[in-house]
Amino acid sequence: MLANEYAPDDMRFTQTPFGRRRELTERIAKSIFFLMAVAMIIPLVAIVGYLVLRAWPSLSLEFVLDVPRKGMTQGGIWPAFVGTVYLVVISLAVSAPIGVMAAVYLNEYAKDNWLNRTINLAVINLAGVPSIVHALFGLGAFVYAARFGYSILSASLTLAIMTLPVIIASTREALASVPMSFREACWNVGATRWQTIRAIVLPNSISGILTGVILQVSRAAGETAPIMFTGAVFFKAIERGNLFAYSLNEQCMALSMHLYTLTTQVPNVEDSIPYATAVVLLGSVLVVNATAIAFRVWLRARKKW
Amino acid sequence: MAVEKIEVRDLRLSYGSREVLHGISFDVYENEIFAVIGPAQSGKTSLLRCINRTIDSVANAKVSGTIRVDGQNVRKIGHSFFRRLAGKRPPRFSDVFELRRAVGMVAPLPVGLPLSIYDNVAFAPRASGLTRRADLDTIVEECLRQAALWDEVKDRLHSLGTKLSGGQQQRLTIARALSHRPEVLCLDEFSIAIDPVTTMRIEDVLKELRSEITIILVTNLTQQARRLADRTMFLWNGDIVELDSNEVIFSDNPKDRRTYEYVNGIFG
Repeated sequence: MLANEYAPDDMRFTQTPFGRRRELTERIAKSIFFLMAVAMIIPLVAIVGYLVLRAWPSLSLEFVLDVPRKGMTQGGIWPAFVGTVYLVVISLAVSAPIGVMAAVYLNEYAKDNWLNRTINLAVINLAGVPSIVHALFGLGAFVYAARFGYSILSASLTLAIMTLPVIIASTREALASVPMSFREACWNVGATRWQTIRAIVLPNSISGILTGVILQVSRAAGETAPIMFTGAVFFKAIERGNLFAYSLNEQCMALSMHLYTLTTQVPNVEDSIPYATAVVLLGSVLVVNATAIAFRVWLRARKKW
Repeated sequence: MAVEKIEVRDLRLSYGSREVLHGISFDVYENEIFAVIGPAQSGKTSLLRCINRTIDSVANAKVSGTIRVDGQNVRKIGHSFFRRLAGKRPPRFSDVFELRRAVGMVAPLPVGLPLSIYDNVAFAPRASGLTRRADLDTIVEECLRQAALWDEVKDRLHSLGTKLSGGQQQRLTIARALSHRPEVLCLDEFSIAIDPVTTMRIEDVLKELRSEITIILVTNLTQQARRLADRTMFLWNGDIVELDSNEVIFSDNPKDRRTYEYVNGIFG
């Protein structure tokens, strides 16, 4: 209850009609906002719950480690799982360093001139390009023009181009969260831009930078279109449980692509297998994201201002 | 006779279309305390930023005129490459970072860098290439003592500078500005976050430092300028109203009536 400032002294903490109405409005507003926030959990729980339920008969470590059998109607998903790991790791190994360095330039060095405004515009527009267009670009640029052929390399580079602008944007945001006054204090004592970046800016934005990069794992792992055109295949026979089964110039299977082929192209697949594939894809992405969050919490606990 | 440390000639500064300094000229002599007083928006801070070239990082700032430190035009620093090619005398400052080490700056709001107290003070010496632990230890202790902070932090030099109180952080900022052995020290409202007793202690330090360095003191406290300075400049709306020794500025009859009114708090 809120105090009634205009009442006589002995009445100040008694309820007035206006006070009651104000209290009621406050409660209604709060509960509506709360419900909306809680509603966010429902889709996630529903999706995960339904998938796990349908996938249950197939779910096992064996399912992940085994290769597909009998025309993909039985067995596991190892080639697709390893393929996705390859694509994600290689694409981020390319896009993360380039993206972070480009963002450092744009945020720390770039003056406001036409060249940098053009770069900014390019980054924003590149982030808005649909993934199927990236796929066509990758096909033209990496598969044909660069002669990498349909390969893990082409597919990874296409994914890298796709994740690059988002990594630049999230890194810039992380860098911008370091107060300007820190930079000015460093410049005032004669430190160069790089000394300032090295000693103050990067150590205090690294958690945000890494989170932004790691969140791109889920995007790279989930996209089907870019890799379908450039290096992912329907089926590839590799040794079960072998982590180093592919080489860079080979084509590979990938979880997202595998899920698509299982549900649309292959007849008589065992019911639970597509669902189990989806659970493994979703599960790996959630594990990576959870690691990112835990890492961020750990770094934030050491935050210095 | 006094030697000119800084010569400012016809300095104009504008942010976009708004001109904040309208062509001012003055000299600062070696080993004096030079106070700049004036109401808000009169261009005091901008003036300091022109001297140590941190104005460079303001996108729409446009500077004209000359500022000489030890005879070298600071606005031409960074273009000395061709001079050297032509075999001319090497300049006093070969880059802006050298200039900024020579012209120390204390900003009005305390900024503790997110480093330990020790690293805060050792930052500038390290940035200029000093790595010997013993040298750094000496500099850190000396600067913290000069900034009247040593006794409060000597037992926790390796805790975070950002966890200090506002007043302590301001003294840390002063210690950091002294750590690169500046020849000119610009203090921009250094005392607004510090209690009067500590302010007095720092003022005593400044009077001692005068024998070694030149101090430019921007202040809103006219009494502080009266206590400390040898000469005081009254800046108003980007123009110099009056610049003279303290005996004249703080007397009952300075040359300009506005000076008298501002100093005695009956301005406007």
